[in-house]
Amino acid sequence: MSETVKPFSDSVAEYIRACRVKPHPESYLISVLQKVQTEQGYLSRESMDEVSQMMQVPVSQVTGVATFYHFFQFKPKGRHTVTVCMGTACFVRGAGKVLEKLSEVLKIQVGETTPDGEFSIEQARCLGACAMAPIVVVDGRVYGNVQPPDVVRILEEHGLKS
Amino acid sequence: MSAKQLKLVIDDIEVAAKEGDTIMQAADSVGVRIPRLCYHPQLSILGACRICVVEVQGQRNPVAACTFPVADGMKVKTSSPLLRKLRRDIVELLLDNHPQDCQTCDRDGNCELQNLAFSLGVRERLYEGERKRFARDESSPAVIRDPEKCILCGRCIRVCEEVQGVANLCQQHRGFLNVAAPGHDDPMMDSVCIQCGQCINVCPTAAFVENNSTEEVLEALANPDMHVVVQTAPSIRAAVGEGFGYAPGTPVTGKMVTACRHMGFDRVFDTNFGADLTIIEESAEFLKRLQTGERLPLITSCSPGWVNFMERFYPELMPHASTCRSPMSMMSSLLKTYYAEKNGLDPKKVYVVAVMPCTAKKFEARRPELRTPWGAPYTDAVLTTREFIWLAKCLGVDFRRLPDGEFDSALGMSSGAGDIFGATGGVMEAALRTACEKLTGKPCDKLEFTEVRGVQGVKEAVLQINGIPVSVGVANGLNNAKTLLDKVVSGEKAFHIIEIMACPGGCVAGGGQPYPPEGTYVLDPELTKLRSKALYSIDAAKKLRKSHENPEIKALYADFLGEPNGHKSHELLHTTYAAREPRGVR
Repeated sequence: MSETVKPFSDSVAEYIRACRVKPHPESYLISVLQKVQTEQGYLSRESMDEVSQMMQVPVSQVTGVATFYHFFQFKPKGRHTVTVCMGTACFVRGAGKVLEKLSEVLKIQVGETTPDGEFSIEQARCLGACAMAPIVVVDGRVYGNVQPPDVVRILEEHGLKS
Repeated sequence: MSAKQLKLVIDDIEVAAKEGDTIMQAADSVGVRIPRLCYHPQLSILGACRICVVEVQGQRNPVAACTFPVADGMKVKTSSPLLRKLRRDIVELLLDNHPQDCQTCDRDGNCELQNLAFSLGVRERLYEGERKRFARDESSPAVIRDPEKCILCGRCIRVCEEVQGVANLCQQHRGFLNVAAPGHDDPMMDSVCIQCGQCINVCPTAAFVENNSTEEVLEALANPDMHVVVQTAPSIRAAVGEGFGYAPGTPVTGKMVTACRHMGFDRVFDTNFGADLTIIEESAEFLKRLQTGERLPLITSCSPGWVNFMERFYPELMPHASTCRSPMSMMSSLLKTYYAEKNGLDPKKVYVVAVMPCTAKKFEARRPELRTPWGAPYTDAVLTTREFIWLAKCLGVDFRRLPDGEFDSALGMSSGAGDIFGATGGVMEAALRTACEKLTGKPCDKLEFTEVRGVQGVKEAVLQINGIPVSVGVANGLNNAKTLLDKVVSGEKAFHIIEIMACPGGCVAGGGQPYPPEGTYVLDPELTKLRSKALYSIDAAKKLRKSHENPEIKALYADFLGEPNGHKSHELLHTTYAAREPRGVR
């Protein structure tokens, strides 16, 4: 590989080295992948290959573990993450329609990112704010009682150009 | 320390077992065959399929016999209306998620799922639900992966990691999308796969099969412009009979040769000749290195699975590998040069078919290093033993009634040393028979080096050859090879010469050998022993047992090659290696 860009920071590399001298080093795989994702926003092919080589865990097992857990992402996320709660309370109060509108405006589906890398849509299973259902969370900021016509305004607050 | 003996009752039969045994093992020991699917006696226990459920008195629910340990006084029932229903339900659900193409499937008539469904009385399909859909991975010239046929028993994953130390496969994704695949869902050709084919051997269905070459061979045979020659590997004669109802370990060399003629091959040659030639070249190489002390240990290079493994997992050992091409590739090179020249044939019209116990040979045949100056591969097509059996039947060969035939001469005579190449330790023994005489310059009485025989995974010995100590190491199965090679890499142990065979037991248990008949199973050391014994018996019955005494080999050097390791040899009989990405994890 000609690219010399490291797939993750020295501190993650240091963490892997520390794990390797512990008993059952391979059992730290999930923890390592979490750290990589926290830092990079997702797990790239290169980062998983590097984890495999550094931990000496076969790459088939690294991707086997990573693809099992819903938590891990394999595509880079947008600058802004829009999470729609699809828990029971939000759902009966119309979260499905909010999500539909969101997809329509951004022209992407759940789990995808806009081509300009600005927005990603995620869904959640109850965020514990049922009194304000349906809720949408953008970059940690919670919007309550959201209805489809509110979607554009919320996105514009986060830089959507109309 | 011997384990505690205990007694249990299985279906009213009193069974003695050891503490720690499973119900499956205890039942097998008295001939009670519990239906099974994911279970494999040579691999770790997964307990995934639940076909082997049995009723144990005192247990609320049926338990999996493959995982449940025996206990003193235990009462087990292996058959009941409930168990039959449970097992049938499981198989019905598996079939629901399986293509309905048994009649056109590669494993038709030889499929564990099909046999199980039949024996459990599944006669109709109850559910017609959504079925998983995956693309067939045909990227490799050797191993094809067809995940739609996969029932997630995990045997391929276990054999790849536990026996071969490659760990190319793992379950990826989950739920409906769960699939046994290489990392990143990469095609087999872009993965660390070493093409050994052991996944094919253990697969109960056709989720792994060899990349079939019979069609190309049939086309060549039908082409009147082509001079089609065949060579058969040492281990074929010990296993091909199984495809025609012979007991494992029955040598059928003569019938195999006649079968080749009936199938329409213009000449039938013996890869054993190539094996003898390998010994001449390799022992010359070994003696040279021994004199200079350079690049020791010498590591054999006949096993293409091992060569692939080396290039991905141990590239630092590449300078130690013998530069000799495999016996197959040496033969093929000679067939398109020496043989063609001698018989006035256009080498471009000589089509070389090799019958091999091996899928990795298909990969080897496609290597760019092993091509003719005009760009064609020296070996045009490789058939596994399984494909050869199919082709013979397809072409109407009634194998059991055939008279014995003889290989065609000039590349057909071989010493017993060539025969034993097919068993682990055989290449080493063959090399020692020659090296010993070359080393001492005197005739050597010792012919049988029993120190290196046997199916155990790693063998180490120091042999005294006329007072000269030669330290040898032999490994089969790549996990065992790792054990041996790690000692070399770390400097813990010094060897003069090492033989490595990728498959457990050597070529007799290669990834292209017949699916074993009822009562035996793949990777069974007893099966490997039987097939090896056939080779050792052929060797013992021969007068000619040392490669360098083979008169056809002598003639070849006199007429054509000149001297071992000479210029012509290097051009036609030697090769190079290169590290490959992606790198494996040791």
